[in-house]
Amino acid sequence: MKKIVFILISLMTTSWVSAAGGGGAVGEKAHTNIRSVDSLRNGAKTYMNYCMGCHSMAYQRYNRVAEDLGLTEDEMMNGLVLTDAKFSDKMVIAMTPEQSSAWFNKAVAPDLTVIAKARGVDWLFNFLINFYVDPTRPSGWNNLTFENAGMPHILWELQGIRTANFEMHTDEEGNEHKEFKGFETVQAGLLSEKEYKDLARDLVNFLDYSSEPAQLIRMAYAPWVLLFVSLFTFLAYMLKVNYFRDIH
Amino acid sequence: MTDNVNKGRRTLLLSTGAVGVVGAGFAAVPFLKSWLPSERAKAAGGPVKADISKVEPGQMLNVLWRGQPVFLVNRTEKQTAVLESLNDKLKDPNSESSVQPEYIDNIYRARKNNFLVVVGICTHLGCSPKYYPDLVPQQFDTEWKGGFFCPCHSSRFDISGRVFDGSPASRNLDVPPYTYLDENTIEIGNDGGQV
Amino acid sequence: MGKIASSSQKNGAGFMGWLNARLPVTQFYKDHLSEYYAPKNFNFWYFFGSLALLVLVNQILTGIWLTMHYKPDAAQAFGMVEYIMRDVPWGWLIRYLHTTGASAFFIVIYFHMFRGLLYGSYKKPRELVWIFGMIIYLVLMAEAFLGYVLPWGNMSYWGAKVITQLFGAVPWIGDSLVEWVRGDYLISDATLNRFFALHVVALPLAIVALVVLHIAALHTVGSNNPEGVDIKKHKDENGKPLDGIPFHPYYTVKDIFGVGMFLLIFLFIVFVKPDMGGLFLEHDNYVPANPAVTPEHIKPVWYFTPFYAMLRAVPDMQLGALIMLLAIVVLFFLPWLDRSPVKSIRYRRWPFKVMLSLFAVTFVILGWLGMQGATELYKLMAQVLTAFYFFYFAWLFFYSRNEKYHEVPERIEDH
Repeated sequence: MKKIVFILISLMTTSWVSAAGGGGAVGEKAHTNIRSVDSLRNGAKTYMNYCMGCHSMAYQRYNRVAEDLGLTEDEMMNGLVLTDAKFSDKMVIAMTPEQSSAWFNKAVAPDLTVIAKARGVDWLFNFLINFYVDPTRPSGWNNLTFENAGMPHILWELQGIRTANFEMHTDEEGNEHKEFKGFETVQAGLLSEKEYKDLARDLVNFLDYSSEPAQLIRMAYAPWVLLFVSLFTFLAYMLKVNYFRDIH
Repeated sequence: MTDNVNKGRRTLLLSTGAVGVVGAGFAAVPFLKSWLPSERAKAAGGPVKADISKVEPGQMLNVLWRGQPVFLVNRTEKQTAVLESLNDKLKDPNSESSVQPEYIDNIYRARKNNFLVVVGICTHLGCSPKYYPDLVPQQFDTEWKGGFFCPCHSSRFDISGRVFDGSPASRNLDVPPYTYLDENTIEIGNDGGQV
Repeated sequence: MGKIASSSQKNGAGFMGWLNARLPVTQFYKDHLSEYYAPKNFNFWYFFGSLALLVLVNQILTGIWLTMHYKPDAAQAFGMVEYIMRDVPWGWLIRYLHTTGASAFFIVIYFHMFRGLLYGSYKKPRELVWIFGMIIYLVLMAEAFLGYVLPWGNMSYWGAKVITQLFGAVPWIGDSLVEWVRGDYLISDATLNRFFALHVVALPLAIVALVVLHIAALHTVGSNNPEGVDIKKHKDENGKPLDGIPFHPYYTVKDIFGVGMFLLIFLFIVFVKPDMGGLFLEHDNYVPANPAVTPEHIKPVWYFTPFYAMLRAVPDMQLGALIMLLAIVVLFFLPWLDRSPVKSIRYRRWPFKVMLSLFAVTFVILGWLGMQGATELYKLMAQVLTAFYFFYFAWLFFYSRNEKYHEVPERIEDH
């Protein structure tokens, strides 16, 4: 019995993380807070300004985001949204897949509606803060978290331009290994390191929200549902005890 | 078994049963509510804009709103002049039991007297009536003064969509919420802030 | 006159009399609830039968509701799930009840089966109960696999590809069989359509029918109990087993308490942690199906992983598939492999207790290994444990022949 309880508990608490393709360093925790409306609004703004040029959120509607983030139609459509989309539209970009392929000479930029479910917030956060200049890449950028990512560093103006220092090691079998030795800033960004990380954190928080808007309702209902079932279970237990007094 | 046990048991049975029934009621809500129109349906059923600048007097424009035909009729003076005189032949001349917004409140049944906006669905069994604009005798009505005739079960409506006596339909044609965005643009499904 | 009187005597008066003369409702109620005598000493392990029934009802109800909002179309399926999660009012809850229900089904069933192993519930005269149960388990695995394909995520796609590829292990006709199952040269819209039909109509019908047979067979021979004592041996003057109590109200009341405990855990997962950190709803399945990109680490959902570990442990595909199949088939023969006259583990000696514990641990570790990447060490572990899995049954067959055991009491002592 104890064994089973132990197994159950370990099932409940362990996280099985398997990022879809391109593993890599997840050094820093994102520490997002899905309950912070300010953070979600900031993230939504960053998303509309920087990401939505290429990445759709094809399953998400503007009006749902506005409702969940406490924005009016005017604030949403005139303040945040840069296109002439309708309020009830899905957040689809204007760029066609053909254009995208042609411009980036690469696969279509993926839809990001549920990317936080696929990658996890920590991976996304590290991806956003770990870009560095790499002239050998077609885009001119590389990423410590997602090596040889096709995406250029869209937020470079904010974070600044950095190079990465690597040390090469050769092991006994003659294989070469790259060891990361730190970033070097070539050109400072508009934001300080802390400000940039906050921006990345808010953006990731918004992606987390987008991957499942229902999580806000779900978490709000959870305590009440469990309280109600506890009451029922307690009564059912008393009833069972009462009946089993008959049995000798 | 003592009376005390019996009493306690009855109380527990009742309270457990009551909480269980309430719980089942809660559990039923998501299942019932999931049948309501989804956000997709609501988005597809959102307000529809119609450009009426090209609708000549006497002509009708048919637009779809929430998958239903909506008739936009630019009525001539000749057509609207008879409205008053038809009152005696109608089931509900003042549209007291009609489905229409509150700002639709006279025999013209329109925001602008000359321009009619009605849902083109017969209130009998849901066929779409045909538009017979001319004030000439028709097979179905020798004293026709212009309006709508439903081919399914011969319901007749006047040019304001009011139903005639002797029609199987019992209610006037519905008027959807709508507003003038400008002189030539009507938005159906939008009250323009008025309810 | 006499005839009518006797019929009303037998069936009762009033509306119920009228009904009973045409359909034996009262008799059915008596046979299966109010006068079905179950041993008085059911413990924790006996909750899982009724819980399996509860989960089945949950799956059917939420499943019916999900089909109302889903289209089995390869171009739309992934989006349909997100449509349910966002646009359908309360769709997220209905889907999470279904996805969590799938995992809960296997948790409950594994506990239910282990109960059988502990107390020898598969033994004479309950062999058929066990066989029906095993068929249900088998159909349930097929049902879960088919359902897992429907969201059309990348794991759905590649999982379907790998599992259907197993049909290729069939000698001679393998390759054509794979094409026949898929209805195409690859996993495609045709595959999704047939999987949908099987998942929502064919297999649920089969499961419900099998559950009826499982319970009918059980109620014919009566329930076993933790002591493994036959309660029908000692009856009172009315023919009621002395150690039995009517299922209703005693076990209905007790099972309702069990339902409450279950719902607490189940709804906690549904409302707080529905993807269980990627265990119940896998990360890679939030990427749309992509025939061009294989997920880095293909693995089935947790409830299949013990068998998946066995499949991977064998270097040969055909042999691996055979081993995996045998691992399930061997369970069917358990009633005849265990030849000990004693049912309950309580009256068997330490060798059995140790071996059954090791068997359970083996199964759990195999399940864990099935989720891990295939390193050499893990592969070796999987090979050893697969060997032990089969060794257990061989050992049981020979050991139970002349097994020494403790004296089994005649009756159920006060607990």
